[in-house]
Amino acid sequence: MSEAAATTGVLTIGLSHYLTVSAILFTLGIFGIFLNRKNLIVIMMSIELMLLAVNINLVAFSSFLNDLVGQVFTMLVLTVAAAEAAIGLAIVVVFYRNRRSIEVEDINQMKG
Amino acid sequence: MSHLPSFSPAYPEIFMAISALVLLMLGVFRAKDSTNLTTWLTVGVMAVTAGLAITGTHDSLTFSNLFVVNGFTVFAKVLTLLGAGLTLLLINSWAHEQKVARFELPILVLFATLGMMLMISANDLIALYLGLELQSLSLYVLAAYHRDNQRATEAGVKYFVLGALASGLLLYGSSLVYGFAGTTTFGGLAAAIKSGPNTLGVIVGVVFVISGLAFKVSAVPFHMWTPDVYEGAPTPITAFFSIAPKIAGLCLFLRVLVGPFESMIEQWQQVMILISILSMAWGSIAAIAQKSIKRLMAYSSIGHVGYALIGLVVGNEEGARGLLVYLLIYLLMNVGTFAVILSMRVKGQYVEQISDLAGLAKSRPGMAMALAALMFSMAGIPPLAGFLGKYFIFVAAVNAGFVALAIVGLLASVIGAYYYLRLIKIMYFDEPAAAFDPPGLTAGIIMAASSVLMVVLFVVPAPLVNSAEAAAKALFLG
Repeated sequence: MSEAAATTGVLTIGLSHYLTVSAILFTLGIFGIFLNRKNLIVIMMSIELMLLAVNINLVAFSSFLNDLVGQVFTMLVLTVAAAEAAIGLAIVVVFYRNRRSIEVEDINQMKG
Repeated sequence: MSHLPSFSPAYPEIFMAISALVLLMLGVFRAKDSTNLTTWLTVGVMAVTAGLAITGTHDSLTFSNLFVVNGFTVFAKVLTLLGAGLTLLLINSWAHEQKVARFELPILVLFATLGMMLMISANDLIALYLGLELQSLSLYVLAAYHRDNQRATEAGVKYFVLGALASGLLLYGSSLVYGFAGTTTFGGLAAAIKSGPNTLGVIVGVVFVISGLAFKVSAVPFHMWTPDVYEGAPTPITAFFSIAPKIAGLCLFLRVLVGPFESMIEQWQQVMILISILSMAWGSIAAIAQKSIKRLMAYSSIGHVGYALIGLVVGNEEGARGLLVYLLIYLLMNVGTFAVILSMRVKGQYVEQISDLAGLAKSRPGMAMALAALMFSMAGIPPLAGFLGKYFIFVAAVNAGFVALAIVGLLASVIGAYYYLRLIKIMYFDEPAAAFDPPGLTAGIIMAASSVLMVVLFVVPAPLVNSAEAAAKALFLG
């Protein structure tokens, strides 16, 4: 891959590129949670984005280190993320039943 | 490679997992309401698990070094099980009173406790993450358990969002540590970090891991979810949140810092000192303005985590001993205080304002005395066990040269004493408010026993201190 890239003069995609993409995605996820003033579903998506950023990191490292542990870790993270999304949505549903809304500004029964 | 790993070190966890599944089946197939049955069976399962942990092996690594058992993990597990079992009894009587008893409730507690046991024994970043998530996912559901209650569901949402954020931070940190050190096992990491230079990647990763774990034990500046979740969640579940996950989280925190990241002590010690000081200070100062006793307990637990973290900062055997002693005493104080809070009922309605306690000494002198003993103990005033917990922590700090940190801790506990003593003043000297209903049997026994134990532990601390010392020794042996 890299040899072909070198001969054709195309930019080589190395570890640092993957890490940069993943860092950007992770930051977007965090900002999505804190700056988002719309609704809870967007927050759920931001959480998912954070976990996927971690997965990119793990797979990139795994390939770079020639070590399978990172990919095993990724599989487990994916599984847990699915469980987390299910539980998160269930909680959002009970919240909606009580408040008839999933707007972030309506999460205000308690101060803070 | 051809033979199976040794299962025997994990017998307690395996037994717990299978029992939880069996109990779920029992609840589903039994036509009648089986909450009582599943609760008592769950308590039984926890007792048997503790027995298995104590009698089982005390020194072993298994599952390709993913899982470790030593004296320290056994001690931490027994503490966690004790905390979970006692709060489960409170949860059960509350659920029946509020007519929200469902058989899944004790099973959720059991799964959360199983997650904590796995966390404590984790010897690999992957095992750590899975244990932590099993715990957290069960706790999110528990927070929103009272599903027709607006505040409980809101607490569930907040806990879920911030908890998931914390898991994300921890995971991102783990991925960086894995990438830059090349392995996820604790043993491998310790060796890799010791031999190589501390690259920036590993340091950033460790900081992320620390932030994630600090979130889970609600240390400042990662505490913002705590007061809201504690206030919104049903009271006995708040009691559970404030005890078992804190114990498991702090023990895991200690194992992570002195295990794989041992040789980076210079880097993480500064971070931990800052977190510890902020927690102690904010826990004491912010609690002063609180009107709800559940929010007060939230800030109180933030403060207590700050003191416990001193034991972690020290990072040696004495510090670990102090931490374990502190955790046991914290467990007893908190379970007793929550038993009192659960008995704050006027004509069948729960009240949770501090002003509702006014004149308790006249209407319910026994309850007032128990709460007074627990509050004096939380403030760290001798002759009660709370003093002992702080004493061992501060002595460890001074002996390791952290005199300034110990002084900050002392100052914070003086400020903290103000709001604990204010509760006592309200109970004994204010004009009586409406009298409370008589406390339930379970809550009564727990508050009496815990307040008596505060004195007993102060008079005979030797068994506790000696076993904590043995556990701390086991941690540093490897």
